[in-house]
Amino acid sequence: MICPIRMGMSYECSVLLSVHPSRALVDEKFKVLVQNASPGAELTVHSHLLSEDKHNWEAFGHYICDSTGSVNCKSLTMYFSPVQFSLFYWRARHMLRKSNVETPLEVTVSVYQGHLTEGFPEHRALAAVLVERWYMAPGVQRIPVTEHNLTATLFLPPGPGPFPAVLDLWGGGGNLVEYRSSLLASHGFAALALDYLTNDLTITTGKMMKNDYFETAYKFLEQHPQIVGSRIAMWGLSLGTAMTLKMAAYSKVMKLRCAVCYSGSHIQPVNGSTEEILNNFLKNQDKTRINEKQEVIWHDMGRVQCPLLLVVGQDDQNWPAFVSAMDIKKMMEKAGNIHLLTLLVYPDTGHLIEPPYSPHTRASTFRSFESRELYTSLWGGQTVGHARAQEDSWRKSLMFLREHLYGRRKKSNL
Amino acid sequence: MASLITPLLSVAPTRALVDEKFKVRVKNLPAGLPFTLHSLHLSEDNDYWEAFGHYISNYNGTVCVSEHLSLGGTYTGKEPMGLLWSLRPVPGSRKGLRLRKKNVSSPLLYTISVYSGHLTEGFRDQAPLASVVTERWYMAPGVQRISIKENIVRGTMFLPPGPGPFPGLLDMWGGGGGLVEYRAAILASHGYAAFALEYINPGEMATAELEIEYFETAFNIVKDHPRVIPNKVGIFGLSFGATVAFYLASESNVVKPRCCVCINGHTIFSRGKSFAEQSGEMLRNAHLIRIDEDDNHMWRNLFLSRDNTLDMEKINCPVLLVCGEDDQNVPSVEIADDIERTMHAAGKGHLLTRINYPGAGHLIEVPYAPHFRVTAFMQSRTQKIMMLWGGQTKPHSDAQEDSWKKILDYLEHHLFSSPSLESKL
Repeated sequence: MICPIRMGMSYECSVLLSVHPSRALVDEKFKVLVQNASPGAELTVHSHLLSEDKHNWEAFGHYICDSTGSVNCKSLTMYFSPVQFSLFYWRARHMLRKSNVETPLEVTVSVYQGHLTEGFPEHRALAAVLVERWYMAPGVQRIPVTEHNLTATLFLPPGPGPFPAVLDLWGGGGNLVEYRSSLLASHGFAALALDYLTNDLTITTGKMMKNDYFETAYKFLEQHPQIVGSRIAMWGLSLGTAMTLKMAAYSKVMKLRCAVCYSGSHIQPVNGSTEEILNNFLKNQDKTRINEKQEVIWHDMGRVQCPLLLVVGQDDQNWPAFVSAMDIKKMMEKAGNIHLLTLLVYPDTGHLIEPPYSPHTRASTFRSFESRELYTSLWGGQTVGHARAQEDSWRKSLMFLREHLYGRRKKSNL
Repeated sequence: MASLITPLLSVAPTRALVDEKFKVRVKNLPAGLPFTLHSLHLSEDNDYWEAFGHYISNYNGTVCVSEHLSLGGTYTGKEPMGLLWSLRPVPGSRKGLRLRKKNVSSPLLYTISVYSGHLTEGFRDQAPLASVVTERWYMAPGVQRISIKENIVRGTMFLPPGPGPFPGLLDMWGGGGGLVEYRAAILASHGYAAFALEYINPGEMATAELEIEYFETAFNIVKDHPRVIPNKVGIFGLSFGATVAFYLASESNVVKPRCCVCINGHTIFSRGKSFAEQSGEMLRNAHLIRIDEDDNHMWRNLFLSRDNTLDMEKINCPVLLVCGEDDQNVPSVEIADDIERTMHAAGKGHLLTRINYPGAGHLIEVPYAPHFRVTAFMQSRTQKIMMLWGGQTKPHSDAQEDSWKKILDYLEHHLFSSPSLESKL
């Protein structure tokens, strides 16, 4: 944690580095405090993470100590007001994704003398501490679900319950991505992370899932003894949003209390399956704009009967989410259900709007679902704007869920 | 039919070090109604400990422990950490229990719950409205735990994360014996290489073959460790551990501690006799031991003698004395008064800092730990007594919180930032 520095006049002092809290949930802020350095000294505060897939991630900020020889940083991944700041400078074009949510991310936070921008491993740090970032709060239960041919993981908050629930859908990358659900459970929502592209049934039958797969997942939640069946929401990202909007508008089985949609669109075949949605997406891949003459039906968002939160990035290079959101707004205005819509549009923000304090990836390797080829997908977004969008939208999404899933709905007796 | 609405209970942070504060909040309750906040802990010895506070939800349907007043329970008033420090064994538990964690690599787990109404018992028979689990750790991430066995010296070294080197601390507990690691672990989490020393087994105070060289060797193990700054090693002692610190700081020719933190220690020491002989002698003064109406042993009068005490005027390093005014085991305040007089007379008053805590007992420990007024103590291998340590829960807990802050500041001042100007002439 400290190292004695021999400075010009044989004056020994030791720099004290502390991070609080040292074990936090990934969406909690942490404070970094450097003390005991020389007043006016130039320091670099650096963070490093070795991901599960063995890639190195780092971030750093340049600071100048105040007159007491201290530096107080609010959070390393937030744009603060130092001399020079670089948010997340990624060394490899990979997504930071954690598969095992039961163990924490381990981030090493160090302080170096001077304003460094590279070559950190070759320099000796003045001090270093280890910080754990958790996706699961203590007491949260992780339960793999395979009933009714579902491929899913249920996360239950601690306590007797019963709890409101969220059906959690990720995007076209497939696999079972659990960390948003585990975080939601850490905030008091039962959450079901559902794999609908690479799930067992799809792999064994070769057929893509139809609407009834999602409705089965919904019914599983509705009937769960620790879940309040009348308080279920759906949360989708990217392709998951397409499914969410469709269910919210058309499903007779799902009575969603509310829906949260990130970076998606409402352009889909009405009775089609996931396969058809993807086919349409792939067919139009070479187009950069939305063409009115598409062979698909634009969902009638006028049919949505539950509160809807739409989150889009203006710099989304992957899906035409912003234009789609504007169209949804117009539809709902026309249909008279605009009061149900909350729209959050973020400038300089790309497609992958994830829980806060996650690294922003402007481009990354994505495995094409169809061809299984690897290609680089441009997600978009400028780092600072994107980071702010993640923090702000996550907070607002949680508030939205709390209001609609925990709040007392006033029932009119007219 | 009204749908079930679960209150939203949260503890932030969910995982913390044992000396960090947390915020316990409940939302979504009906307004203006009575609720009980409850904490439950299952110890390593399989005993249940609990604490609880009585609250009334505000107009917003919220109860916030750090901001609202507890109107009853094991603590009252505005007490953000009351659910931890007022912990006590549940009704029906064995007598004389003491909560001490042996395995410091895992956290203490507390279940915090909210119940309807103002309950004082029967928590197990009623379902809470909501519950969460919180972890409290002695070891920060990255702290290394290393078992030490060098010749006869045994203990555990805790190293902070980072490149080092670090200031060091020799950490010693009292005559109860055994290997107690948790304070050294939390000290390492604050940047000190801390060595928890084991020097006797429980019950062996009057029989162990123990010479002062044992402690000098232990000190040098810290000083000579490759990750420790050799001229920045201090001593931290409670009770008999504080007495050892006094000895090393005043009489030892071998070790030179940079500073000492001494909690509730005595200064009785007969030169030429081993520790076992001295302890044995003291304990034979049975007429000085008082036993109260509950059969609890009060030892403080054993240490009131002014004969055969250490020459405290020989101390050459800064010393912080922490005294519990209600210490029933050692007459801590009287002894501190003597030390103060002696050191002032020798012109060394500037080395001494002392803090008296009214209402605090003997076992002044890390903050938010429960208070133990009486616990079982092995006087010998076969003889168990109920030892009266003293203190009243609220002032004792305040003393733990306040003294820890002051101790950490003191250590930081003497072991981290004290300038050593070396002339280059």
